[in-house]
Amino acid sequence: MKGVVLVEQDVLLTMRGICKSFPGVKALQNVDFTLRRGEIHALMGENGAGKSTLIKVLTGVYSKDEGDIVLDGQTAVIRNPQDAQNMGIATVYQEITLCPNLSVAENIYIGRGKDKSVKWKKMYTEADKILENLDIPAKGNMQLGNCSLAVQQMIAIARAVDMDCKVLILDEPTSSLDEQEVAKLFKLMRDLKARGVGIVFVTHFFDQVYEVSDRITVLRDGQLVGEYLIENLPRVQLVSKMLGKELDEQEDLRAEHPAFEQEAGAAPIFEAEQLQSNAGIYPFDFYIKKGEVNGFAGLLGSGRSECVRAIFGADKVIGGTVKKNGKKIKIRRPIDAMKNGIAYLSEDRKSDGIIGDLSVRDNIILASQVLKGFMRPYSKAEANKLADEYIKLIQVKTASRDTPIKSLSGGNQQKVIVARWMLMHPEYLILDEPTRGIDVGTKQEIQKLALQFASEGMSVTFISSETDEMLHTCSRLIVMRDRKVVGELSGEDLTSNKIMSTIAGGEDK
Amino acid sequence: MKTVKKIFSNQIVIPLAALIILALFNLIADPSFYKITLGLNSDGNPVLTGYLITILDSGAELAILAIGMTLVTAASGGQDISVGAAIAISGSVMLRLLCGPTANSQTLLMPIACAFLIAMVVSMLFGAFNGVLVAIFKIQPMIATLILYTAGRSIAAWINQNQLPVVVDPTFKYFGGYIPGCPVPTAFIIAVICMIIIGLVLKFTNLGLYTQCVGINERSSRLNGLNPTFIKILAFVIMGMCVAVAALIKVSRISTINYSVIAKDIEMDAILAVALGGNALSGGKFNVWGSIIGAYVIQFLTTTLYKFNVSSVALPAYKAVVVIILVVASAPTVRDKFAELSKKMKSKKSVKEAA
Repeated sequence: MKGVVLVEQDVLLTMRGICKSFPGVKALQNVDFTLRRGEIHALMGENGAGKSTLIKVLTGVYSKDEGDIVLDGQTAVIRNPQDAQNMGIATVYQEITLCPNLSVAENIYIGRGKDKSVKWKKMYTEADKILENLDIPAKGNMQLGNCSLAVQQMIAIARAVDMDCKVLILDEPTSSLDEQEVAKLFKLMRDLKARGVGIVFVTHFFDQVYEVSDRITVLRDGQLVGEYLIENLPRVQLVSKMLGKELDEQEDLRAEHPAFEQEAGAAPIFEAEQLQSNAGIYPFDFYIKKGEVNGFAGLLGSGRSECVRAIFGADKVIGGTVKKNGKKIKIRRPIDAMKNGIAYLSEDRKSDGIIGDLSVRDNIILASQVLKGFMRPYSKAEANKLADEYIKLIQVKTASRDTPIKSLSGGNQQKVIVARWMLMHPEYLILDEPTRGIDVGTKQEIQKLALQFASEGMSVTFISSETDEMLHTCSRLIVMRDRKVVGELSGEDLTSNKIMSTIAGGEDK
Repeated sequence: MKTVKKIFSNQIVIPLAALIILALFNLIADPSFYKITLGLNSDGNPVLTGYLITILDSGAELAILAIGMTLVTAASGGQDISVGAAIAISGSVMLRLLCGPTANSQTLLMPIACAFLIAMVVSMLFGAFNGVLVAIFKIQPMIATLILYTAGRSIAAWINQNQLPVVVDPTFKYFGGYIPGCPVPTAFIIAVICMIIIGLVLKFTNLGLYTQCVGINERSSRLNGLNPTFIKILAFVIMGMCVAVAALIKVSRISTINYSVIAKDIEMDAILAVALGGNALSGGKFNVWGSIIGAYVIQFLTTTLYKFNVSSVALPAYKAVVVIILVVASAPTVRDKFAELSKKMKSKKSVKEAA
């Protein structure tokens, strides 16, 4: 452990040396986790860090390869979720897993009755008692589906509490709640804490972690980074620990790359004002100039993808305006954006990018073909020529243009999608996580391509989870936290330190 | 070697092979199966007769429906089971328009082409109804079309107040029979025209590409500017057009209609034709020619069984046996096994050669 002395007498749960591998991936490597009585312990890490795997090991969904779990001083053997429940380990998931068409009382007692017949009256009065006890604004005879999401979440917790849970795991409980609901949930969490329940809190909202937690355990790439008391871990350090960079070892990478020529004083080509979509982001303003490369920085779930999706019309726009060269344009669907010269390489290549069974050729020509029109297909010769040209230009490694795209490697699939949008000759190219899940060499090639396009006069938005890549490519960064734009950095401010402190917000300005 | 591999990886291979096996079987069992004679029919017109002609003639409706079913399957990843009922509706509309409300008009009340076009519009609207349920309300295609499957034949009977109009005019018989002077069955000519039309549409529009994209990955398609809802509805509307054409042939064959029997269970044969054609019933990539060959395989099989005096009661059982063989042979798991086997054989061979 990294210099943290544990106070042993209050320890409720210890996980020691937990290892778990899946074919080809080491999801957890020698991870330790300690939970004390009456504490709220945040489990933090980026996607793929191993949070969910650790929780699933604890709740018996996965069996661990190695390691021990000690609960209440006794070695616990957890083979399945039922074992975990019997030992007092309860989980409340992000999506509510109760039955909305049953009453609140039924939901609290479902699946645990020992009596042969249901004693309805007794069930309702006892449910009311529990709810009152925990100060949850609901009655036993209400139908669960009629309660607000927050109350449903609380009822799920009440059910866990009534089962005498000692360890309560809350997996992203706040992601679908509004601020007031979150406040209510936090009050309940504090009540439970006072009763000695140990709470594991998984979330990606920074403010919430600092508001309610006592301790933080940080995971990264399946390994333990460390366990910290909340007051000893400023936000900036938390970000750097999650992303895997110590503050002092960072260098200014942007200096390696020369700046791009910008037309001085040029007006923005695209502007958005108070744009808002139904994907849960707060209204934001945005602009980009011709030949500029900018980016959205922020942790996963901070709303960066949602912003660009709103610009492209991929999510339903519910407010605000978009202007092109100062003129208002209407973007309701992706095709509207494409007609206005916007291209969008989506974050999730597999479900939002490739058309798996179709050939490389068809995948390359798709967007341009759609723009060209239903009645005007490319001839086979034209399509082949274009496909070959772009396969060569972007150096896609494929057996032939007729190979189904799904049989290519991830990096090459991504290049095909880049080729697709290049062929459209867009004025504004949005690249959302173009380098995710592909090898290092290809990552660099894609960054270079983005810079090359920009030098030819295209505007590019480059989004990446890796700060380095953003520093390589972007001359301006819009920083997001908790679905809000919280700052903009350019020029000398573009350093890892500054980005992280802006992402973290809070006390370290 | 490579070309051989290419041929065998083509999805048309299996229905084509089935067709060839059936043909060979008939050739060995009784070569007279292929005898085609030019004779005069009861109306005194020269017509071609023979088992092959019967296959081409009777398989026409199924081949036409297979076109629409292929598109519906590809776009929606499900099947339309209301086809037979929709044929009843479309046929009923045609007869109502031709014979009038009392169903006993001795002359045609409007040109046949006119009645046919109106019936086509009606069946396109029913297709759109199915399409809207599937594309907008996201109901499973089989469940969505179950509605029309259940109600269709009643609607058809209601259109003619449950009377059975009979078209007296002899020209109405041409579509399911023969046009005087032309010895080829008209139904087959209509089927060929439909094939040419779909061939041209697939070549000169993006219907094929768009339908496949939507069937494979709806979310990606939307982000590439397509409108998946529209494309799915379009597939069902095209299915409606095919239904109207098949209905014309069906009612023309008997000059009247039997609401509960006309085109009974034809939807199942159409789905089977799509499957035999090597198309995935879960949608996505498709080959309409495979489905059409599949349709003729089914008809070839039926006619062969008739020829060997299999009683019409026992026919479905025999058909089922052949279908099992075909479907299992084209299943991906079996194909993979075969590929593995041939690989092993090859490596053994090379080892022997090396030794």
